[in-house]
Amino acid sequence: MKIKGKMVVYNHDNVSTDQILSGPFLYIKDPKEMATHVMQGADDTLRERFDKVGKILVAGSNFGCGSSREYAVSVLQGSGVQAVVVKSAARIWHRNAINLNLSVLFCKDLPDAAKEGDEVEIDLDAATVRETAGGKVYQGEKIDPYILNMYKEGGLKALMRKKSKARDKAGNAPQEAAHA
Amino acid sequence: MHAVHKILAAASGNDTVVPGQIVTVKVDFLGVNDIYPITMTGFDEMAGKKVWDASKVCLFLDHSSPAADLTAAESQKAFRHFAREHGCQVADINRGICHNLLHEWGKSRPGTVIVITDSHTPSHGAYGAFGAGMGATDASAILIDGSTWFAVPEVVNIRFDGVMQAGIMSKDLALYALGKLGTEFATNKVIEFSGEAVQAMSMDERVCLCAMSTEMGCTSAYIHPDQTTLDDLKKHTNKAYVVHETDLGFAYEAVYEFDTSAIKPQVAIPADPGNVHDVQDYEGLSIDQVFVGSCTGGKLTDIEAVARLLKGKKVAEGTRLVVTMATKEIMDAAIEKGYHRILLDAGAALTTPGCGACIGLSSGILAEGERCASTANRNFPGRMGGAVTAEIYLVSPVTAAAVAITGKLNTMGSAVQAAPVFVSELPLSDYNRVAAQ
Repeated sequence: MKIKGKMVVYNHDNVSTDQILSGPFLYIKDPKEMATHVMQGADDTLRERFDKVGKILVAGSNFGCGSSREYAVSVLQGSGVQAVVVKSAARIWHRNAINLNLSVLFCKDLPDAAKEGDEVEIDLDAATVRETAGGKVYQGEKIDPYILNMYKEGGLKALMRKKSKARDKAGNAPQEAAHA
Repeated sequence: MHAVHKILAAASGNDTVVPGQIVTVKVDFLGVNDIYPITMTGFDEMAGKKVWDASKVCLFLDHSSPAADLTAAESQKAFRHFAREHGCQVADINRGICHNLLHEWGKSRPGTVIVITDSHTPSHGAYGAFGAGMGATDASAILIDGSTWFAVPEVVNIRFDGVMQAGIMSKDLALYALGKLGTEFATNKVIEFSGEAVQAMSMDERVCLCAMSTEMGCTSAYIHPDQTTLDDLKKHTNKAYVVHETDLGFAYEAVYEFDTSAIKPQVAIPADPGNVHDVQDYEGLSIDQVFVGSCTGGKLTDIEAVARLLKGKKVAEGTRLVVTMATKEIMDAAIEKGYHRILLDAGAALTTPGCGACIGLSSGILAEGERCASTANRNFPGRMGGAVTAEIYLVSPVTAAAVAITGKLNTMGSAVQAAPVFVSELPLSDYNRVAAQ
């Protein structure tokens, strides 16, 4: 699985979910409206940068720390972000990203070297990021096959729909664990 | 294996599990909070027809109680409808916060797997349960088949040896650990809290410690059930539970030991829960609002600590005190014991049980540039209502009460306390002396 795009670089640590999508905006139903508040708690310019500069967000360590709000993933997707490369991420945020099919790669070296607007190609299977200009390759953390499979299936909703269909086909089979 | 591994092994139908292994775990209880109506749309998108076991689900209308605006009202309306349709329980806007309610209902039990769409679910580790927070989409999937995947976590041990000094609460210990270890060291791990000081803690104090462990990044927290746990459980449930034992010779991934007696009143200054200092280093800083509440700092022990300090005193001129008790039962007890009266007379603004100002949706939102001393768990920018320049200082309930009296950060609270009984005997003139600094 490969994702090519230009980078928006926000090389800061501990960007919390409160900053990615603040309390007052939690109940907004319309994804487009919610997206207008993306990362307002961190940097007001990011919304426009996602629109004009690039679709790959690059940030520091412990990204998405704080609450379990999965809007901290969907608001990024609603702003056009297709992949996130960070030094590390908080557990719940990372899990939400996997479920919602937002590609996340952990790479300790890229954020410090990355330049806004530069184009890269992310290879999820190899866990690498390759700069288009110059061809430099950064090695990230290998992704567990279970998680890679969830990305390949298109996230948790797609996976569950598949299981629901199989269950309905099987007729009166009892509902089984979807993640076996 | 650690006791927590045994919980996951039993819940996944395995004899043993090892850290890193991904297992599918049966969930004993699922909680969904009112800020995630997308859980219901997700359920539909996954072609869900019926809830796997309605008796194991509760929809908690606790993050905006009562509904503070139209979108919250619409979300809560949709949840009530879903509950009726599927036979699930609703904890409506008068009941209080999910975690504390589950403790009261006896649903937090040793050996159980609890998943709630709220990050502070590790608080159930105080009862020897495996409690993990998750997002709405995970909750949608669990609603359908009652299970979810976990990567078996490593376990780290934080030991608090020694004795808590007078007026020090478990919140100070949690903040101290956050200050020393940071907010990332426990990501994807379970933190077991142990040691003399933990053993001496009440359940309320253990809950605070486990709730705060969330800010350390952990998957869950754990305190091994002992007589205190068992006695408390007896009050809330007669349902069976299993206390797993950690194997002799189990190797924690890391062990951190703290000398509890050296810990003074702590404060996490803006804007990170790990930005922790001694309160005395910030003595005299003026505060606009004191918030006593949340699953972490709105329990009966916390209300009691604040009431004892505030008895016969008034909230300082120019400072607001907002008190949001965690549950209706806590409010019942506070009224019965006279704490409610004390707080009302002191000038506190008492609100409906629920998450309140902690989540920044209602009941004490901060204006730009305002400062709040809070007994809750987070101080990220914009946390309490979106004002990015508002400053949140995380403190213990004892410190919060002392701040409410002088209007400034101070350590008078612990200076007048004599553990374990709190006494508010210090004359008002001494508080005024601090306020004048």
